[in-house]
Amino acid sequence: MNDLGSAFSTALGLVATADPAVAQIVLLSLRVSLTAVAVAALVGLPLGALLAVARFPGRGGVIVVLNALMGLPPVVAGLLIYLLLSRSGPLGSLGLLFTPTAMVIAQAVLITPILAALTRGVLEGLWEEYAEQLRSFGAGPWRAVPTLLWDGRFMLLTVLLAGFGRAAAEVGAVMVVGGNIEGFTRVMTTAIALETSKGDLPLALALGMVLMAIVVTVNALAQGLRDTAARWAG
Amino acid sequence: MFTTLRRTFLAAAIAATASRPAAAQERFITVASTTSTEQSGLFGHILPIFTRETGIAVRVIALGTGQALDVGRRGDADVVFVHDRAAEERFVAEGFGGPRRHVMYNDFVITGPAADPARIAGLRDTNQALRRIAEARAPFISRGDRSGTHAAELRLWQMAGVDPTTGRGQWYREVGQGMGPALNTAAAQGAYILTDRGTWLSFRNRQDQRILVEGDTRLFNQYGVMLVNPQRHPHVKAADGQRFIDWIVSPAGQAAIADYKINGEQLFFPNATQPEPTS
Repeated sequence: MNDLGSAFSTALGLVATADPAVAQIVLLSLRVSLTAVAVAALVGLPLGALLAVARFPGRGGVIVVLNALMGLPPVVAGLLIYLLLSRSGPLGSLGLLFTPTAMVIAQAVLITPILAALTRGVLEGLWEEYAEQLRSFGAGPWRAVPTLLWDGRFMLLTVLLAGFGRAAAEVGAVMVVGGNIEGFTRVMTTAIALETSKGDLPLALALGMVLMAIVVTVNALAQGLRDTAARWAG
Repeated sequence: MFTTLRRTFLAAAIAATASRPAAAQERFITVASTTSTEQSGLFGHILPIFTRETGIAVRVIALGTGQALDVGRRGDADVVFVHDRAAEERFVAEGFGGPRRHVMYNDFVITGPAADPARIAGLRDTNQALRRIAEARAPFISRGDRSGTHAAELRLWQMAGVDPTTGRGQWYREVGQGMGPALNTAAAQGAYILTDRGTWLSFRNRQDQRILVEGDTRLFNQYGVMLVNPQRHPHVKAADGQRFIDWIVSPAGQAAIADYKINGEQLFFPNATQPEPTS
């Protein structure tokens, strides 16, 4: 109980003083996870939309694999990227291991299946409503994809937030490929893991509270954006 | 399919990070080291001094010794700074790096609960202490992660003539984690544990754990530093890496190490120029 109380006051202190080390960690967390969401969205959203409209042999199999990959353990994604990016691995010459870029790649790999699977689920419903109409205009699946993505944009915001939540919360992948280097690849979750191992549980918990506050803020902003935009689109 | 996906990721990710010219041009080396040097705060004290003198930033990856050596073997670090002499000499003999230089030492201690069910408090002989723990079947937390501390612990059991693995899953508990998490576990379970003094001194969640056995020469803990072999991994920053090694064994580097204290207590004892005490 005492620990919880002191964690709370430590968290307030960290925020109130805008501790520069913490601020840097927070900014890197946001940069890495938001970039990962953007990269994953470039692949995941069109892929999910295509799966929602196209019918092809093996489609069921692809969907099963995507759904299964939603449960990919972060540390496994991290290890895969580690082995690819290691100097002894196939992409070693790029020298990307232990950089924020490696962390973006790992998180993007982790959340692309989530974005694709959730997008498919959201857009399948829309497609059922619109299929007749779009077909009557002579639009094939390829033409329907951008239309669906545009029409479903407000619902897809929730999908992106789910991806962001997963990216910002995971520690296994960024720890392995980033190396938790102070001032360079240390993000909120790896900092929390580090403080936990140093036995500074109040500070670890305080950082956790700051992380939660950030995730809540991002979600609130997205929600506000969605409401405003929906009103305008009226 | 997967290659194109990967390329897309890479291209986008590289584009996303390309907008940071300052970080890209920074002069730095990567050092694979142990949790004890990082978490005790030693690096936080000495690395800024090195960077100020040379303009070379140091990026530290803190792992167990076995893992840190693996990172060096794969060529993912320029310098390895660890504490398991036998494993280090193998690393050098296999041609992955070297030559190995002594840097500093500290010592291990056995901590345990204040109640001390195996009655080892105050013993100076680790053989006797470990035998008593085994006889009492008192809970003992092992790192179990191929770290330098884990290797040292296994050597101590061997010297004591005890095979702790017979108590595996009962009183002998291998957690497969770093020193800090292992100490957290020991504190929570009221168990005995071998820890390096540096991590212990900076560890905050002690609960009723305290040092029970210390001072045996078998508890000596030597740190060594090696450059990863640039012939094997051509991208290794040999000149800057060697500069770090030369600095840390120089009077300036050794003084910086000796200077680091927690609550007035010195954590690491530089010995680059002295022969290692025999155990």
